[in-house]
Amino acid sequence: MADVALKIREIARELLDSEKVDVVIGFKKGTLPVMSEPTIIRKASDTKDLIWDATCRLNLCNYLTGRKDRIGIIAKGCDARNIVGHIVENKIKRDQLVIIGVPCTGMADKKVLSDLAGGEVTAYSEAGDQITVSGPAGEKTVSKADVLQSNCCTCIKRNPVIFDEMAGEPVEELSPDNRFADVEAIASMDAAAKWGYFEELLSGCTRCYACKNACPLCYCPTCFVDESRPQWVGKGTDPIDIRTYHFLRAYHCAGRCTDCGACEAACPMDIKMRAFTRKSIKDCVDNYGWETGMKEGVRPPLDTFKTDDPEAFIR
Amino acid sequence: MSYIRIAKASWDGGLEKARKAYELIGPVPEKDSHKYAVLAAGQLPDMGFKSTKLSPKWVVFPQSEVMFEYTLDESKANHHILQEVPAAPGARAVIGIRPYDAKAIQLTKMNFDNKDYKDPFWLRNYERCTFVGLAINEPSSTDFSTSCGTGPFAEEGLDVLLVDAGDAFIAKVLTDKGKKFLSEAGFAEEAGADAAKAVEDLKAKAEAAITSKVSYNKIAGKTIMDLYDAPFWKDVLFGCINCGTCTYACPTCWCFDIQDEVKGTDGVRVRNWDSCMTGLFTHHASGHNPREHEWERTRQRFMHKLKYFVDKYDAGLMCVGCGRCVEQCPANIDIRTVCNTLNDF
Ligand code: SF4
Ligand code: SF4
Ligand code: SF4
Ligand code: SF4
Ligand code: SF4
Repeated sequence: MADVALKIREIARELLDSEKVDVVIGFKKGTLPVMSEPTIIRKASDTKDLIWDATCRLNLCNYLTGRKDRIGIIAKGCDARNIVGHIVENKIKRDQLVIIGVPCTGMADKKVLSDLAGGEVTAYSEAGDQITVSGPAGEKTVSKADVLQSNCCTCIKRNPVIFDEMAGEPVEELSPDNRFADVEAIASMDAAAKWGYFEELLSGCTRCYACKNACPLCYCPTCFVDESRPQWVGKGTDPIDIRTYHFLRAYHCAGRCTDCGACEAACPMDIKMRAFTRKSIKDCVDNYGWETGMKEGVRPPLDTFKTDDPEAFIR
Repeated sequence: MSYIRIAKASWDGGLEKARKAYELIGPVPEKDSHKYAVLAAGQLPDMGFKSTKLSPKWVVFPQSEVMFEYTLDESKANHHILQEVPAAPGARAVIGIRPYDAKAIQLTKMNFDNKDYKDPFWLRNYERCTFVGLAINEPSSTDFSTSCGTGPFAEEGLDVLLVDAGDAFIAKVLTDKGKKFLSEAGFAEEAGADAAKAVEDLKAKAEAAITSKVSYNKIAGKTIMDLYDAPFWKDVLFGCINCGTCTYACPTCWCFDIQDEVKGTDGVRVRNWDSCMTGLFTHHASGHNPREHEWERTRQRFMHKLKYFVDKYDAGLMCVGCGRCVEQCPANIDIRTVCNTLNDF
């Protein structure tokens, strides 16, 4: 990935030097081995801080909301799909953006890395498709494909759908046998098992809201969880309020979620809340043949109305 | 200072005895990590744990705590009267609390128990507790507690400090409360003359393992407004998504929000953790929000911990260097970097 980072820096420098953009949004090296930090670059001389590797998990589209300046933005496959979503939903104007696309081979799961290291990861490096971590269990080198975030294993668009510059050669798209095996496994449970599954899934949730705040879709000026007149949902730790939060958020993401995994990467309690949004992705594919963020100018399915809609499900 | 030796073989039995006098709280596995929980009958703490994502601050300051209740049901006595929920009875022992978390409770005590104000809910929780600490032999790389007036073997706020010495815990008795706990548990074997030295050696080793440091010697000398208006905030905090993870994980964050919840004819007044990261935090009834933008809320977090607290109490940072926020921040906003930035500004 080192040459991708060099290319990103070169493009970013050129964009700032030529004043095509006011700022560039990308990632810089983190203070922990497995982390990177989203950053804003204003001067060409600072572009040397930009990095690219499998720790660039967050979705940078999240940092575009409401900006009025001209922005260069680094975008992997899913970030680019969310940018399309932002353009469709009028959150940002296409001509404000210079999109620096990055063909993506996936992000490394923090939790998997720490398991591999036997606890705290004390060193991390990448060379080609190999990742090396050190920790209490010593130094381990593995193929990146073995430590990917789960969403990266079923990614349908690793190459950005929308871009102005590219920071690398296109990568081969994945063709997973069954993208939705996980959703089907849950769907096939009986009601009691399903309930148990979701109870367990949400146990430990503190409602810190890292999941919604990491998500580019969650841009409402006041989220329903914060509304106080009327108050939609209690603010304590009552399990009903926690479930309400997750169910409602998942519905708000239906037909808009790109499965970028930023929500799960952000959750401090390792809660796999994509179990909710994955179901809505599958339903949108099955019912409407819809994949989010693939084309500019097409509104998401729950936001459109067709007079010839068969509406078979309510007959 | 007296030292008691607790052979690990007698640990479980001692805790069972102590249960007669105390409700026990301790670290237990949860999914892939650990949390502090009330130990059910027969349940024992996992004293080999490394860290917990959430601190045990909930012991004195629960995430949701019902303060008052009422009913409008006229068939019940005292209907239409807001009544304080009675305090839970009995003593509690918090086993395995880390020295930095015990120090954090002492820092928050300045807020909940001072000459102007005594928070009855916080205090009644606090007074029930005996804090049986566990020293940290192998600090993590994000532990910078020695910079923050505490450390892996610090004693402030503890009644007993346990030190894991292989096949035994060496218990350093720090208060009368601690002495009582040990005697209820039947731990009475005087540790030999070399116990103090063994503890000092482990302490020196653990402290030396902490290489992560922050500097804040120059912060108190700067004026609030210079730091508040410093030009670096927007960029230093750019990545922050205002998720609140750091404030929930932090043992010293004390903000709360009070809510009424009603079901049918019954209602409760409950106080919940709040976080300066949320949009509603200090949002005025008029609609004005003094911390309107995301970065201003994050600035509040760091100014509170690194400047306002420092100026108000003259007791160091409002941070004990546990490193939880550093580890858990999804955007890798690192308080050590921010602290050093303020110090050098
Ligand atoms: S980030 Fe995790 S802990 Fe926080 S609200 Fe979301 S699921 Fe719950
Ligand atoms: S819900 Fe999660 S996976 Fe979907 S777009 Fe938002 S952050 Fe990405
Ligand atoms: S500093 Fe980090 S953990 Fe805290 S609110 Fe910001 S992003 Fe979340
Ligand atoms: S600010 Fe961070 S390091 Fe300091 S006490 Fe709070 S969680 Fe721990
Ligand atoms: S203002 Fe923020 S940093 Fe300070 S105690 Fe409250 S939540 Fe914590």
